[in-house]
Amino acid sequence: MEKFTTLHGIAAPLPLINVDTDMIIPKQFLKTIKREGLGVNLFDEMRYDDDGNEIPGFVLNQPAYRDAEILIAGDNFGCGSSREHAPWAIKDFGIRCIVAPSFADIFYNNCFKNGILPIALPQEQVDKLMADAEKGANARMTVDLERQEITTSEGEVIAFEVDAFRKHCLMEGLDDIGLTMEKSAAIDSYESRAAQSRPWV
Amino acid sequence: MTGKTLYDKIWDAHLVDCAEDGTSLLYIDRHLVHEVTSPQAFEGLRMSGRTVRKPGNTIAVPDHNVPTTEGREAGIENEESRIQVEALDRNAREFGIHYYPVSDVRQGIVHIIGPEQGWTLPGMTVVCGDSHTATHGAFGALAHGIGTSEVEHVLATQTLIQTKSKNMKVEITGKLAPGVTAKDITLSVIGHTGTAGGTGYVIEYCGEAIRALSMEGRMTVCNMAIEGGARAGLIAPDETTFAYVRGRPHAPKGAQWEAALAWWKTLQSDEDAHWDKVVTLKGEDIAPVVTWGTSPEDVLPITANVPDPSDFTGGKVGAARRSLDYMGLEPGQKLSDIEIDTVFIGSCTNGRIEDLRAAARILEGKKIKVKRAMVVPGSGLVRAQAEEEGLADIFRQAGFEWRMAGCSMCLAMNPDQLAPGERCAATSNRNFEGRQGRGGRTHLMSPAMAAAAAVTGHLTDVRELMQPQAEPA
Ligand code: SF4
Repeated sequence: MEKFTTLHGIAAPLPLINVDTDMIIPKQFLKTIKREGLGVNLFDEMRYDDDGNEIPGFVLNQPAYRDAEILIAGDNFGCGSSREHAPWAIKDFGIRCIVAPSFADIFYNNCFKNGILPIALPQEQVDKLMADAEKGANARMTVDLERQEITTSEGEVIAFEVDAFRKHCLMEGLDDIGLTMEKSAAIDSYESRAAQSRPWV
Repeated sequence: MTGKTLYDKIWDAHLVDCAEDGTSLLYIDRHLVHEVTSPQAFEGLRMSGRTVRKPGNTIAVPDHNVPTTEGREAGIENEESRIQVEALDRNAREFGIHYYPVSDVRQGIVHIIGPEQGWTLPGMTVVCGDSHTATHGAFGALAHGIGTSEVEHVLATQTLIQTKSKNMKVEITGKLAPGVTAKDITLSVIGHTGTAGGTGYVIEYCGEAIRALSMEGRMTVCNMAIEGGARAGLIAPDETTFAYVRGRPHAPKGAQWEAALAWWKTLQSDEDAHWDKVVTLKGEDIAPVVTWGTSPEDVLPITANVPDPSDFTGGKVGAARRSLDYMGLEPGQKLSDIEIDTVFIGSCTNGRIEDLRAAARILEGKKIKVKRAMVVPGSGLVRAQAEEEGLADIFRQAGFEWRMAGCSMCLAMNPDQLAPGERCAATSNRNFEGRQGRGGRTHLMSPAMAAAAAVTGHLTDVRELMQPQAEPA
């Protein structure tokens, strides 16, 4: 997995609540058996019209935000299905960090597995970052995972929380499966205990 | 010491390892797999030379992409869908996991066939690369959706890295009024708590109205726990649960059944357990409901009117405006005046035999007034049973298409889709923009309410179509 340490980039404002996984990547793109290549279809139905032309008003189609690496959004981001195609599409587009007042549980988890940092902040602070993002391409923000701080284009510093284990995995680019495999002795012994206590499983 | 909740008990029974910061390794008893969220996981195993740790506890079935028309054995026309289903065929064979191919009469929606075949049992941990895995919580199993990276993780290690959620109790007291069903309960709860109300929690549903539900109804309730933001929904197992499980193909038998039963009977929250959040609704207060917007929290009784965006606060004002615009509705319009083009009865929320019976009861001797109506049984066995009970004939005579099992128009990954602007009364679980087809407009409701809309051509209070109930003696 790609490491995440600090990110200095353009933030795109998406002031919508309940952005669901069908909006992030509509189901017609779930038929792939690969992880790559979904970025062009990120937010497909908001981004393109019926003929496949870009809708100029949509934030990621605006020249200032085409290279956004950070997304600032409304409450309950990523609700809906468990499809990992949603973070895959986000990552493939080039976004590595999402800030919102809250995230749906499975989506939040899926982000960490794909080198994306989701940051939940109180509404007032998200509003501040939203206003900063609306300034356009020159307004670059810095996200420093080590220090757990976001610095706005004006130099204001906002601290954020992140689970220590997830932070560690993200910063080192660690593969969860490899980590768990190191615990195979514990899994073996659990299995032999369970074979006694719950043999019907 | 305070007591434990049901969630605490199942959690503790599956803990393999727990680090100081609370990051835990949880053992997974059952892993259900479908074609959409698994190809990349199997590919990952292959690339790293790993195998499936417990193929005997891993069950695969294609459901999302499969056509639901008869004669589908001939093959899937859409190339990408076909590739995905073929990939599952190949992966199931190569890794030696249980498999129900399209040609098997037991094939169906993964969350329907797990319980049907007795794979889902009380006290288990059950995961699947699908958010509606919450369905299995109806058995008192800790069941939740996972992403594809986690699918790979479970395949390789039979465990999942988790942090524990908080405990939330949703109590539905008293009795439901006639015409009110499990779907109305679960939608009303989401309407009450909002789609993020359960975020960070595992919900346990309890109370008299929940106890009175059949297993089918309980599955409907738990199925939509995810729409309320919760990681999982649970209902403590009881005699209803045991009666459903007994004798299923993969349920324990003989002495093992007795041992299992003894443990299952302990699977209840203790009286003095600690709850981080409690929500109580009165069963008597729940009405038949429908959704008016594009979020499952946009729920109102069928007797209400379309709300005005200015009735809301915060981000919801803009969201409601956007919803009404997408749905083509005006504030103040009576919900029961909304005309319907299409009716869809099916999905893992409401594709079980009891759902088909409830719809058929309303449809008997009537004709549909909508442009099209389809009923898609949740599994081949549900379909067979409905045919045996004569329900299929009632549907056909009313003008419904009688389909083969699959997800169908719930998410429209197969050919069953809405056209732009087409308005659908659906028994599924998501009314998101574009969910049932680009520009399609979805109103969620119970099977009986969907059947009522089918015969009148507009959203309808099912109570108006019901036979008057005999006065209780
Ligand atoms: S029926 Fe719908 S919600 Fe259920 S598994 Fe299929 S697509 Fe998902």
